[in-house]
Amino acid sequence: MRAARGSGAVSGTRGSGAVSGGVLSERPSWRRLWSDRVATGVMFATVLIALLPVLLIFYYIFREGLAVTNWEFLTQAPPFSYRREGGGYVNGLIGTLMMVGMATAVSVPLGILAAVYLVEYGGRNLLASLIRFFSDVMTGVPSVFVGLFVYTAFVVPFGFGALMGAVALSIIMLPIVVRSTEEMLKLVPQEIKNASYALGAAKWQTVLRIVLPSALPGITTGVLLAVARAAGETAPLILTAFGSITITTALIGEPISALPLAIFDGARTPFAAGQARAWAGALELLAIVLVFTLLARVAASRSSISR
Amino acid sequence: MIHGVRGDEISAGGGIGGGSVRSPADPRDERPPSLSALARRRGFGRALDRLFGWTAAVSGTLVLLILAYMVLTTTNTALPVFTSEGISFVTGTEWLPSRGVYGILPFIYGTLVTSIIAVVIAVPISLGVSLYLTELAPSWIKGPIAYAVDLLAAVPSVVYGLWGVFVLLPLFLQPAAEALSSVFGFLPIFKAPATGLSYFGAGVVLAIMIIPIISALAREVFRAVPDDDRLAAYALGATRWEMIWEAVIPRSRPGLVGATMLGLGRALGETIAVALLVGSRPTISASIVQPGYSMAAVIANQFPEADATGIRALVGVGVVLFAITIVINMAARLFVWRLVAER
Amino acid sequence: MNEPVFSVKDLNVSYGGNLALKDVSLDIQPREITAIIGPSGCGKSTFIRCLNRMNDLVPGAQVEGQVMYHGEDIYGPQVDPVTVRRRIGMVFQRPNPFPKSIYDNVAFGPRINGFKGDLGELVERSLRRAALWDEVKNKMRKSALALSGGQQQRLCIARAIAVEPDVILMDEPASALDPIATVRIEDLMQELKQEYSIVIVTHNMQQAARVSDKTAFLYTEVDEESMSRWGILVEYGPTGGIFTKPVDKRTEDYVSGRFG
Repeated sequence: MRAARGSGAVSGTRGSGAVSGGVLSERPSWRRLWSDRVATGVMFATVLIALLPVLLIFYYIFREGLAVTNWEFLTQAPPFSYRREGGGYVNGLIGTLMMVGMATAVSVPLGILAAVYLVEYGGRNLLASLIRFFSDVMTGVPSVFVGLFVYTAFVVPFGFGALMGAVALSIIMLPIVVRSTEEMLKLVPQEIKNASYALGAAKWQTVLRIVLPSALPGITTGVLLAVARAAGETAPLILTAFGSITITTALIGEPISALPLAIFDGARTPFAAGQARAWAGALELLAIVLVFTLLARVAASRSSISR
Repeated sequence: MIHGVRGDEISAGGGIGGGSVRSPADPRDERPPSLSALARRRGFGRALDRLFGWTAAVSGTLVLLILAYMVLTTTNTALPVFTSEGISFVTGTEWLPSRGVYGILPFIYGTLVTSIIAVVIAVPISLGVSLYLTELAPSWIKGPIAYAVDLLAAVPSVVYGLWGVFVLLPLFLQPAAEALSSVFGFLPIFKAPATGLSYFGAGVVLAIMIIPIISALAREVFRAVPDDDRLAAYALGATRWEMIWEAVIPRSRPGLVGATMLGLGRALGETIAVALLVGSRPTISASIVQPGYSMAAVIANQFPEADATGIRALVGVGVVLFAITIVINMAARLFVWRLVAER
Repeated sequence: MNEPVFSVKDLNVSYGGNLALKDVSLDIQPREITAIIGPSGCGKSTFIRCLNRMNDLVPGAQVEGQVMYHGEDIYGPQVDPVTVRRRIGMVFQRPNPFPKSIYDNVAFGPRINGFKGDLGELVERSLRRAALWDEVKNKMRKSALALSGGQQQRLCIARAIAVEPDVILMDEPASALDPIATVRIEDLMQELKQEYSIVIVTHNMQQAARVSDKTAFLYTEVDEESMSRWGILVEYGPTGGIFTKPVDKRTEDYVSGRFG
């Protein structure tokens, strides 16, 4: 170590433990101090680098999107040509709401029941371990693969449609709901389950009236995040809903649009009018996704049980 | 045995029916009804209990069945192409659907290259952000920064694609690709002609998409390092960086590997942003600043125009993609699980 | 002498093959307070959890022997544990109110049991009997988690008596409470014993001496060879006798504070 003249703290990092004068005023070597400073600088720089895309994305989506967003955009279907201005993505909005709604209605109860099985019945047995592991694996399955599956299994016999898109989205949502619900159910203290059993409640009563209500805010958070994820999915819908520029509410046998599909089309068109609609659609989709994400945060902060 | 409804069973047995209110002055002299009599009346409740348990178990098993069904159906659909192409399906470099030639190596290559670029960029940034948030940041700024980075995870991939093509491409990707090739053009991987619509361009956007995933997990991992370890390093006279390097990083290594692999898994399967940015050229190019293709992107782009055999081939591409991501994901889970088990 | 509420014969309990309680036999009389005392790890809680089959919820738990409740074996093949627990209430060591309103906490038991009378009246009566009514009558819709620890424990007692059980089991009900709250719980037990049979586990000998009519002393027996340990019943009788002239040397050592 090299003796240094200065007094005070050894370095800014360790507070003010050092006393001036004597051995304690010795400083760590030049190299050690500089590596500490450089590392600190690098860490700070990475934060700036990571924040830059956040700012750029939100800035451009709002700037470009707000320029086109108006009542017509929110209530009209697009014109038949990408070249023409005006119109909107209401066909996509309807499709998204229908498909995400149906997918939620199926995957949420199934996912919650599966999580109940994992926590209250399966525990550490083989079936539960398999379900747990493969739900984790399923969250990592590429969504486009889910689309291919639904295409081969359901679209080939029944045709494109809202129902097919909903099936794909529900397969994507299911493992997310299972795993997040399971985490929340595990946090419900055994004490209050015991209290319920001690009052003569049967297991199903304990689960439905005590365990699930206690975990409800946390479960809601997971469900809302799954909804946000499903609302933004594009690839599986290409293969199942297919997309359409007209408004339809048919469940089956007729291709249907969704906001992400419309944006994808707009992003690939060389015409300014189509691109402009894509920006407004992106703003609309981002707003929907962010509302669900924010609601998820609010629900999480309402939770009465915590780690 | 099923006897009546629940209400009936209780008022007959439980002694808490509306009529049997006991006043404190009236100590219970009546003998309570026998337990087995009560139990027989609870037959309905027992059946409900069993039904509920079974419903839950079936729901859980459904996850397994869906996964198995997915693998079987898709593999079965792609089987004709697998058998007609044989091993050249994955080793062939020619993708010519109009002539019935299906070699998907360019897509496998593109998927791997774009994902590796993404991980190489995203991992250092994510680790820096996570270390800053867990070790350095004053507490008032932690929340906002973490929140802002997490927001990246909420942005749908099609929005990334749109933004990537119309904002990031002219603003950064194109100039950066050209600069890389003009400075390092002597290296094969930066060989000109350079374009932003390339492995590099797709990789950068993928990196932005997986930063929130890796950094969220890395934050958890760093937070799990006991404070005692940090204090021990400080007590030995370490600077903060030495403390991080000697105490925090080694402890976190398995978790960081898991986080990286989950990020990699996400990048491998990402479709839309890559489809818009990778340049859509079904060739293999050593230069990362030239256009290429990826497995997910070719499925999304060519599906609407594909003929029957072409669709089988695209399903085959999906099966290979699925197999690759599953291996990566299972390995990542095993890493993360081992870490949890060690705690 | 009344007919006993519980008549336990040769009770053996093991967890995952490890014996926890060996050959316990005793009778518990109605409308008395029976205290179970003993050093920690002697199986007090295990014993009381056999009386309402809460041990059924512990994976790997095995119960042998007879627990006769009004002459009927609660471990009999015809008997459903859920039915047992409807007749035998329990109050736990740590207050464990549900994260619901005060009213819903007390109403939970009657509701799941299909109660059809005046629920509000039943809730009020239960809270009055648990000496909590005056403190909570104006905030019935507030969360039970906002109550103090002592109030929460009395709420748990009110919740237990709302299903009008015959017996109340209390597993160290005051061990997590401050001295003033403890006194209130003890007073309450004296009130409740007019109507209910109470079995209380406690590690606090003064408490057992103050409140109980009968006391059972459980003790840990150690097998030197296998280093395994289990609880046995050493002595059981009127509380006065146990504390003033115990028969067994181990009881005497314990109640005089020589170990424990």
